[in-house]
Amino acid sequence: MKFLNFFLVITILFNFNLLKADEIMLQNKIAKNLRCLICQGQSVYDSDSEFAISLKVVVKNKINEGFTEDQIYKFLTKKYGEWILYDPQFNKNTYFLWFMPLLTFLFGGVIILKKLINIKK
Amino acid sequence: MKNRIIYLLLVIFIFIFVIFYRGLNNPNSYTPNTEIKSIPEFASETLIKKKTLNSKDIFNKNKFYLLNIWASWCVPCRDEHPFLINLAKSEKIEIIGLNYKDNLNNAEKFINELGNPYSTILLDRDGTKAIEWGAYGVPETFLIYENKIIKKYIGPLNSKLVDEIENYIE
Repeated sequence: MKFLNFFLVITILFNFNLLKADEIMLQNKIAKNLRCLICQGQSVYDSDSEFAISLKVVVKNKINEGFTEDQIYKFLTKKYGEWILYDPQFNKNTYFLWFMPLLTFLFGGVIILKKLINIKK
Repeated sequence: MKNRIIYLLLVIFIFIFVIFYRGLNNPNSYTPNTEIKSIPEFASETLIKKKTLNSKDIFNKNKFYLLNIWASWCVPCRDEHPFLINLAKSEKIEIIGLNYKDNLNNAEKFINELGNPYSTILLDRDGTKAIEWGAYGVPETFLIYENKIIKKYIGPLNSKLVDEIENYIE
């Protein structure tokens, strides 16, 4: 009986981890979108540099403080600039970046259309 | 038609050439453009007196402050240490140390061995306080006046940079 109780307590304790599963997923998602500034080809998630380890702690703390994903990105871009994000946000510096593929696509479409009209003629 | 294609290819080639040629002059390493203008708020333990200090209580005098992020394991910190000791002799400036992710015994040994230019040494055990400052490595140094960050130096100080700091405080 004693053993059973002990076993129950342990099982319950270990299952509390599942409550944190969402948080850990969010943490990883954010860390994957952050550029490690020391080893610039890697994300913070992949990197084991001192900076990346600390940044993971900061992200974790901020989530615990109730920050949303966007708030954390804002907090970090304020400190390190837009470059720390792999997925840059939509603002006046990135209009060109976001619209360029669309413009290229439209441009290509116009060329094809013109050719088709020419063939029909 | 053929001429037009050649013309178009030439334009594209020149466009790409110019972009890459200009890229050659850009440095590979990126220095983040931080928007932090005033000192961040934080509380931290201190190394020698072992008490907790708030950032508001540290930078409150009407004088220049230098916040230096250092660690005993950081080799360039050893190189810049003599410059800090020289600067500390000036009455117009107070140097605050932020000990970054260090073993406390080693940090104390470092100070005992090379001298202590710092009026206060704050501890950053997990590196989170350095992130509040927008720092990403050691050593980094911030020149502060009236709670505003005037200048940030990434990497070790040298005689040229020390001259610059002395110009500021004169």
